[in-house]
Amino acid sequence: MTTVFDRPHALTDVPMHYCPGCGHGIIHRLVAEAIDSLGIEGKTVGVASVGCSVFAYNYFNVDMVQAAHGRAPAVATGVKRARPENIVFTYQGDGDLAAIGTAETVHSAARGENITVIFVNNAIYGMTGGQMAPTSLPGQVTQTSPYGRDVSAVGYPVKVCEMLSQLDGPAYIERVAINSVKNIRAAGRAIKKAFRYQTEGKGFSLIEVVSTCPTNWGMTPAKAMKWAEENMIPYYPLGVYKDKYAGDAEKAR
Amino acid sequence: MTKNILIAGFGGQGVLFTGKFLAYAALLEDKQLSWLPSYGPEMRGGTCNCSVIISDEPVGSPIVTEPDILIAMNRPSLDKFEKAVVPGGEIYIDSSLVDRKVERDDVTVHYVPSTALSTERGFDGIANMILLGSVIEHSAVIDRKDIPAAMAKVVSAKHKDLYDFNIKAIELGYEFG
Amino acid sequence: MSEKVLMKGNEAIAEAAISCGCRHYFGYPITPQTEIAAYMAKRMPKIGGTFLQAESEIAAINMVIGAASAGVRVMTSSSSPGVSLKSEGISYMAGCDLPALIVNVQRGGPGLGGIQPSQSDYFQATRGGGHGDYHLLVLAPASVQEMAAMTVRAFDLADKYRMPCMLLADGTMGQMMEPVELGESTGGTVDKPWALTGTGMSRKHNIINSLSLTPDELERWNVDRYARYAKVERDEVLYEEYLCDDAEIVVVGFGIAARVAKNAVNAARAEGIKAGMFRPITLWPFPKKAMFERAKTARAFISVELSMGQMIEDIELAVRCTRPVTLCSRVGGMIPSPAEVKKSIEDAHAKLDGRN
Repeated sequence: MTTVFDRPHALTDVPMHYCPGCGHGIIHRLVAEAIDSLGIEGKTVGVASVGCSVFAYNYFNVDMVQAAHGRAPAVATGVKRARPENIVFTYQGDGDLAAIGTAETVHSAARGENITVIFVNNAIYGMTGGQMAPTSLPGQVTQTSPYGRDVSAVGYPVKVCEMLSQLDGPAYIERVAINSVKNIRAAGRAIKKAFRYQTEGKGFSLIEVVSTCPTNWGMTPAKAMKWAEENMIPYYPLGVYKDKYAGDAEKAR
Repeated sequence: MTKNILIAGFGGQGVLFTGKFLAYAALLEDKQLSWLPSYGPEMRGGTCNCSVIISDEPVGSPIVTEPDILIAMNRPSLDKFEKAVVPGGEIYIDSSLVDRKVERDDVTVHYVPSTALSTERGFDGIANMILLGSVIEHSAVIDRKDIPAAMAKVVSAKHKDLYDFNIKAIELGYEFG
Repeated sequence: MSEKVLMKGNEAIAEAAISCGCRHYFGYPITPQTEIAAYMAKRMPKIGGTFLQAESEIAAINMVIGAASAGVRVMTSSSSPGVSLKSEGISYMAGCDLPALIVNVQRGGPGLGGIQPSQSDYFQATRGGGHGDYHLLVLAPASVQEMAAMTVRAFDLADKYRMPCMLLADGTMGQMMEPVELGESTGGTVDKPWALTGTGMSRKHNIINSLSLTPDELERWNVDRYARYAKVERDEVLYEEYLCDDAEIVVVGFGIAARVAKNAVNAARAEGIKAGMFRPITLWPFPKKAMFERAKTARAFISVELSMGQMIEDIELAVRCTRPVTLCSRVGGMIPSPAEVKKSIEDAHAKLDGRN
């Protein structure tokens, strides 16, 4: 008998606390699959952030440290500088990475720190119960923007990939999504590439994953996927924003 | 014996360097010592001072508030610290830059036109070492024999010319007395 | 024995850290401690170490957390406003039981304050500074030699007790030069099985974390940590007594204040006043037992501080109000002169008459 579906070894066998239909489950799996396929589990160290994914340290079967809100890239920098031979990644949400941790995000990218950042953008603060995020869309209703995000009062969403790709430091920046099987597969490829770049010493990679939050968006999981497709992806276009080594693969071919 | 020395002048006159040189000489003599600069933005062009304590005993406070020896390289330094010198203490003044005499009569004063001398003898910029030569000549603060070794500690071997220059300036200070 | 050299206090910290195996430094420039960063920037690349100037004090302390998690000896240094910024990270380090050295070369505050010496971060250092129940092991050097020795000791204690240690100095200590002899050090021999090294596919994954949403579990973590603190309080107290045996008046001071106090004690003795000096070297744990013992012979205490009176509260607690404690202090970057301290000794002495 052939096994066609199994738990990746890099995920622990414990029940996750995420809400039904949450995107984190899919993204955790993609990260674990990348770790498995590159055979780096034994030397990988993960940095969990603050937000819904705070308990990621229980789910990834690798050494993990839990960072203060927004500081995961700084903590990852410390781990990586102490143990350059290890593979170090952060797993952060939009509030953590693009609001309170903006400085750490920008500067670890500018330094070209040889780490991998998995950035989950679901346009809302999940853990605290659905407040406006730095990536909440114009007009989006949240607990703290009950009349819809008013850009004249609170400004515009932060487009992380567009912003970071202007820097010389990063090696690889791509935005992916998990709203369809096709997009999930592409997201998996991007995440694996980001980890591979780190093993090759290429420097800073960030993969932004456009995700969903059915609970706080107040939708069914299926409707949330549709909402992400119709509202988020047009605002946050998918694609490679920067790849310093884009030509290399073609040259090798 | 403890000597509390206060060196004061403008930033750029070599106040800290003079102190450092004294500190190294004391170190070579196996004395107890401390060197404490005033620090901050005033180090860049403003007034600047440096406390050096040389003693046979462990040094208590490294801050010289009542100097046995005051080296005043400009007028504001003399104005500020003249009164603080202990009775019976010594004041060394760059008389090229300080246009007044010391008012007290319970201290020994040495007026050395060190800036003028340095220009005259081609030692531009190291009036401080000429003044220090006078200090070494009159006070028992450090031993003359330790000067070459102490100078080697503060002037890197790469700058042999600067080394000679500084030694000669000190000697000029002795000469002037 | 190595050769005696002249060094600034800040440089002595840096060199001593290197001598005991610290190869990772993360910091952000701030006066009056920047010499530490400058020294590290020069030395670390030459010895295969890491010097990284972070984008902020906040980032720097979190880099320290990362490196400490990975099991290496690591440090950061800053001055008062910067330490406030680091306080969040320090609380996390305490909560994660991570060893590291944090140096605070204090300057006047609050707010941006000034750049001249101060000791007004005493409460911040000894009470934690960040949120939650925790302590730092706080060492207060009073000479350049001690800046070096206490740096090594701080690393050793941090590793031994798995807690962040703080070297609490001030601008004077950082900027002054004195002869210093740098010894050889073990470089840290403590085994760190908890460190993040990668599982090597041969053990369960290590997790470094301060979060627990289960109150009884979080309570247990706190209680266990305080049991460790109790050992520190029992075994690691350090202090110096100077002419205290027959002293009627005991002046208490740490760091630069102790240096000034020593001069004042000598001057008071010269006038026939039986004065002594008590210098806490560990500020946490505070030498309260020794001070309580001293209160049996001394009749009055004076706290000499570069603050509006912070350590004085620990002295009062230590002597359990059996003796009067007065304050002699200057703030804002001012330093009490030996004459000012001597005046306080004379005042305390004058009040002794009629008291036992």
